[in-house]
Amino acid sequence: MTTWRPGPAPGVLLRADRVRGVDLLLLPERVVVLEGSAGEVLRLCDGTRDVPQIVRELTARHPDAPIADEVPAFLDRVRKEGWLR
Amino acid sequence: MTPHPAPDDGPAPGAMAPPPPWALLAELTHACPLHCTYCSNPLELAARSTELTLPEWQDTFRQAADLGVVSAHLSGGEPLLRADLTEIVAAADGAGIHTQLITSGVGLTRERLAALTGAGLRSVQLSVQHADAAAGDRIAGRRRAHTEKERAAALVTDAGLPLGLNVVLHRHNLAALDALIDLAPAWGAGRIELANTQFYGWALLNKAELLPTRAQLAEAEETVRRRRRELDGRVEVIWVVPDHFDGTAKPCMGGWGAVSLTVTPDGTVLPCPAAAALPGLDPPGVRDRPLRWIWERSPAFARYRGTDWMREPCRSCALRERDFGGCRCQAYALTGDAAATDPACRHSPHHTVIRDLVDAPAPPSRALGRPRRPGRPSPSRRVENP
Repeated sequence: MTTWRPGPAPGVLLRADRVRGVDLLLLPERVVVLEGSAGEVLRLCDGTRDVPQIVRELTARHPDAPIADEVPAFLDRVRKEGWLR
Repeated sequence: MTPHPAPDDGPAPGAMAPPPPWALLAELTHACPLHCTYCSNPLELAARSTELTLPEWQDTFRQAADLGVVSAHLSGGEPLLRADLTEIVAAADGAGIHTQLITSGVGLTRERLAALTGAGLRSVQLSVQHADAAAGDRIAGRRRAHTEKERAAALVTDAGLPLGLNVVLHRHNLAALDALIDLAPAWGAGRIELANTQFYGWALLNKAELLPTRAQLAEAEETVRRRRRELDGRVEVIWVVPDHFDGTAKPCMGGWGAVSLTVTPDGTVLPCPAAAALPGLDPPGVRDRPLRWIWERSPAFARYRGTDWMREPCRSCALRERDFGGCRCQAYALTGDAAATDPACRHSPHHTVIRDLVDAPAPPSRALGRPRRPGRPSPSRRVENP
């Protein structure tokens, strides 16, 4: 199995909404408002990094956060929604 | 384009601005190669000579993005009839707006789609009239339309864009629902929207011809439940509830002036695509006013926003923040009063209008008049049979 390098699914855009001050996932027919640090995590999903790399980069930024426990499961959930591939 | 600010522009004293809009429906032209009898375009189609120019659309999308719009449906009529569609897509995308093309598929070529994708187009929604090609062509009023749609679907999936199908359901295609849903996996669509005809505009004119029977609808709902289970995880099946039949009003547009706005081919801005038919609305246009003024300050957008405009039975109803009193255009079309409770609601004093309609025995199809279809837009042309 090849290593998963998460990136947005076709038609999916990650946008910082400057009017509302939130991060958004823009999909055909749907807008998802990203809560908490979801936008920061998804911003690293550009198809170039694998999951361990994403975890390492986030851990370097937030040494006290439970990133290794939570981020891989979060990314799997977002993939199941069809927003990452 | 430079909108001309009126003397009363600026923040309204003491007034809270409404939350910003999320979405914009851009009706780029009313011209269309199809002539469906349920068309949602107004009876008075905008002439091509009155259409907004490319610079006007570019400016409109910049203003929309500044206002908070993040998503645009590029629709019509048939948006592919705009020779400058690629530049329009680029303007929306450049402003940070996610774009979806709403098309009949007629006239889409590989080269055209490549240009649109290059300009930032993110997804395509294709209309389908029937599962059977001959029946579909008859409904659309164009030979080989169905074949052209199938070809367009292949182009879209080849280009790697997400594809959705949209089917307006009525008496003449409800029986083919299973086969219609089959088109989604067969054509590579990840989503199919099954929208029961809403009766205003051309559809209201042709209501007797289009309205399904209760038995047809009950069977269709069962089909949708079964197919949702079968296609779970592969195709999203959206069922747009027919509000004539279940006694509840739909939350039209998510509330008047609450979520989205429509810009018509000549730049008129509406809270809902059908609202041009409402008397005395006097909708503003982007040629005369800044979009922010239109959304936040115009009387047309304030008219049915929130719940202050409501009368009984809506005013004291527990559902008033959920269905917003239903559809203003339907209320006007069926009661003559746009501020009345939507007659689709069982609490409306006019609900019998709807009940009588759906409970009336279906007229034999031979007895029906010829359905009326939208034709070529022209300022001088009145509604008439083709």
